[in-house]
Amino acid sequence: MAIEKKKGLKKAALSDLITYLGVTAVFVIMSLLQSRGMLSRSLSGQLVPICCYVVMAVSLNLTVGVLGELSLGHAGFMSVGAFSGIIAAMCLQGHIASNPVLLLVAMVVGAFFAAIVGLLVGLPVLRLRGDYLAIVTLAFGEIIKDLINCLLVGYDSRGLHFAFNFNGKQNVDSLNLAEDGIAIIKGAQGAAGTTKLATFTAGFILVILALVVVLNLMRSRSGRAIMALRDNRIAAESVGINVTKYKLMAFVTSAALAGAAGALFGLNYSSLQATKFNFDTSILVLVFVVLGGLGNMRGSIIAATVLTILPEALREFADYRMLVYAIVLILVMLATNSPRLKAMLNRAFSPIKRLFAGKGAEKEAAQ
Amino acid sequence: MSERTRTKMVPVPSRAIIPERDINKQPVLETVHLGIEFGGLHAVDDFNMVIGKTEIAGLIGPNGAGKTTIFNLLTNVYQPTCGSILVDGRPTAGKSTAQVNRMGIARTFQNIRLFNDLTVEDNVKVGLHNQTNYGYLSGILRLPSYWKQEKQAHQRALELLDLFDMADMASARAGSLPYGAQRRLEIVRALATSPKLLLLDEPAAGMNPSETAELMDNIIKIRDTFQIAVMLIEHDMNLVMGICEGIVVVNYGRIIAKGNPDEIRSNPAVIEAYLGQQEEE
Amino acid sequence: MKFLSDLISGISLGSVYAIIALGYTMVYGIAKMLNFAHGDVIMIGGYVSYCAMFYLGFPVWAAVLLAMLVCTVLGIVIEGLAYKPLRSAPSLAVLITAIGVSYFLQNSALLIWKADTKVYPSIVDGSLKLGQLTIPYVTLLTVAACVVIMIGLSIFTSKSKMGKAMRACSEDKGAAQLMGINVNRTISATFAIGSALAAIAGVLLCSSYYTLNPTTGSMPGIKAFTAAVFGGIGSIPGAFLGGILLGVIESIAKAYVPNLANAVVFAVLIVVLLVKPSGLLGKVVREKV
Repeated sequence: MAIEKKKGLKKAALSDLITYLGVTAVFVIMSLLQSRGMLSRSLSGQLVPICCYVVMAVSLNLTVGVLGELSLGHAGFMSVGAFSGIIAAMCLQGHIASNPVLLLVAMVVGAFFAAIVGLLVGLPVLRLRGDYLAIVTLAFGEIIKDLINCLLVGYDSRGLHFAFNFNGKQNVDSLNLAEDGIAIIKGAQGAAGTTKLATFTAGFILVILALVVVLNLMRSRSGRAIMALRDNRIAAESVGINVTKYKLMAFVTSAALAGAAGALFGLNYSSLQATKFNFDTSILVLVFVVLGGLGNMRGSIIAATVLTILPEALREFADYRMLVYAIVLILVMLATNSPRLKAMLNRAFSPIKRLFAGKGAEKEAAQ
Repeated sequence: MSERTRTKMVPVPSRAIIPERDINKQPVLETVHLGIEFGGLHAVDDFNMVIGKTEIAGLIGPNGAGKTTIFNLLTNVYQPTCGSILVDGRPTAGKSTAQVNRMGIARTFQNIRLFNDLTVEDNVKVGLHNQTNYGYLSGILRLPSYWKQEKQAHQRALELLDLFDMADMASARAGSLPYGAQRRLEIVRALATSPKLLLLDEPAAGMNPSETAELMDNIIKIRDTFQIAVMLIEHDMNLVMGICEGIVVVNYGRIIAKGNPDEIRSNPAVIEAYLGQQEEE
Repeated sequence: MKFLSDLISGISLGSVYAIIALGYTMVYGIAKMLNFAHGDVIMIGGYVSYCAMFYLGFPVWAAVLLAMLVCTVLGIVIEGLAYKPLRSAPSLAVLITAIGVSYFLQNSALLIWKADTKVYPSIVDGSLKLGQLTIPYVTLLTVAACVVIMIGLSIFTSKSKMGKAMRACSEDKGAAQLMGINVNRTISATFAIGSALAAIAGVLLCSSYYTLNPTTGSMPGIKAFTAAVFGGIGSIPGAFLGGILLGVIESIAKAYVPNLANAVVFAVLIVVLLVKPSGLLGKVVREKV
């Protein structure tokens, strides 16, 4: 029996190892191709965003797949991470000479603030259940977007200056910056003139880091408690699991990773608006998670990568590409979830399976 | 083998095999005027009972009598509207279900509630959650405490599973187990929290006579091995009369009789409320 | 006076939300799904009525009827093709499918009618003058339509056979089926009603804001769902109350903190749900252990 368990443990460890190796291999290949100039311009430009979306998908999978709570406002945490990261980088660029260190600091700051917001959102929200929780996370995502849209931030020799443009009458002048000051975030115009610090290597390291955090968490005591809550909250409570503590733990970890991804994303562009992180972005990441498989981190990585490249690759179809995307999305969901379609696919692919699948479908149809 | 034959002889004179049991010592569980109202209806009212440290107690009554509600009250899934519960002399008022578990009450559910997508072993390890204490960061960074405690948890989980002949299923998905094994796994998971009192909600439901006999052995084995009290809700009278030392009968949320199996069997109120009704079925 | 006119435009906006929310709440009550495509049905309703009036020269009432007809058919088709096969699937799969349908409708509209915003004329001109206060007739029409629909739906669900079947299905589909109710047909009928209401809402929404583009429906759709949750999902008076309140809050917030109007609306929703987790008029459901 000891052997039996060892097998189980090894299986998980092996699966994790394959994930790490796969990500590393893709990184090495892409870096080589890029250094030889064999990547198209558009793909080259997408390497960092792909890393960000992968981290977003992995972190959202922690909330949706591992914790089992539907969040529709994940882009909000990315947004907090992006703008706090940009502010940190812009303020410290005179003090920290090394760009990689500056980027690291910005990502830590982004993760930290996203975690704080995650805690503030999670404390009230996680008491709700199911679709109510979903709609409230959506609401928080929109609130974060609107608040950042009003935000004015500047930096000068006297320090940071903040102002809020709630009524549409404030602008950069309201910050009262000194001569040497720079405006970092200008309300609805967002951040402009940001130094582009993000690199593909940093993106790769962040992906690996996110994977280590999430995969190791899943194989630990805390992760088991989180998954137990997902499978049966009442039973988990009955064996002494503190519901609030572990829900928050998962939610805040997820927010922090999204924040780090946001900081990387924000420092990849010279200008960025808060509207970039709207409801559609949250949904986009959720689609990665669901198509990749709930709780399946490797699936999230693949789905995020493929679905970020796909719209670009479909560019020649121009107007039709989003329509195609929508149809593919619907068909994939139907094919993987509809008992009748599943049966039809089985019939088409395997004559041996035919009997089984047909009976299964009839039974389900009869129920 | 001798233990098995012995437990099948019913009823067992409890004092003979459990020297520790002494009702005058502090009981493991005591309820005082326990009650709950749902919208004006007294689902449970004035429920008083005491369970000794290693007693096997039965809670019986017709369908809808409020038995499961009593379990939900004992584990603070429902907050009582009146009365109090003492576990080892300490009141559970204001505690969460998880805290009550840490005070020493573990339970199973009438409709099985396993962590279906986790393996059998992980189900037990979730039960062992509070027997380990390495933190969140130790788990992510895989510090030495992670490796040490995970190894211990792994061994303990297999020991517990082995006790119920389930060690070979350790890496199976809990949701894929056959019904009987799921019921046993729920018990193992509850035992993993090292409770002082184990609550079993209809453990024999859906079992055939030979499975029920095995369950009776197991319940005795649990008490003898872990030296804990067991309280069970059950409709199978052979099981209840066979292994319970004390029985409480409820109807319409109130206690109508208390006593040992012989007293219950001959109690006219019980026959009218419960046994009589069962014969009609 | 400014406050009063904000209040009136809030009630008007709230009535539109309420009409959408009524459809949403019925669909959610019975299918237990977040139908993110609902907002896009509103947009389709807007375009169909626009085309009917401008290209086909229909009178207003005929344009509205045509929009209702098209949306009803659209609702039934969407339900039958995309949602019915997923009746037993996990709710997340249905949600993603609904998002797919939403993208599909938006991008189809983009291809058919192009991205540029169309100017949608008010379907009723003129306004009522009460002293200093001016109330456009379209506002009065919107509020009246909303009240009529709310009362009509209440009577329909409590008195008619189909309405009772709908309530039975939203309570317990299995039991409803055992009582001889055709669950699939009942769900289709609910989608049909919800979509017809969305068409009306589309016409009223466009004629209050005078604009129409492929994403017109998204935000009102989300807000209407918020309104339904706010009032207590599954409750018809709740959807009405939630819609009106939401519209008024939004309109007043817009007057004082224009950049944060949406944030204020969502903040109120969060507060309400934290205090009353099942909404203002929702039923509290105790989890069975």
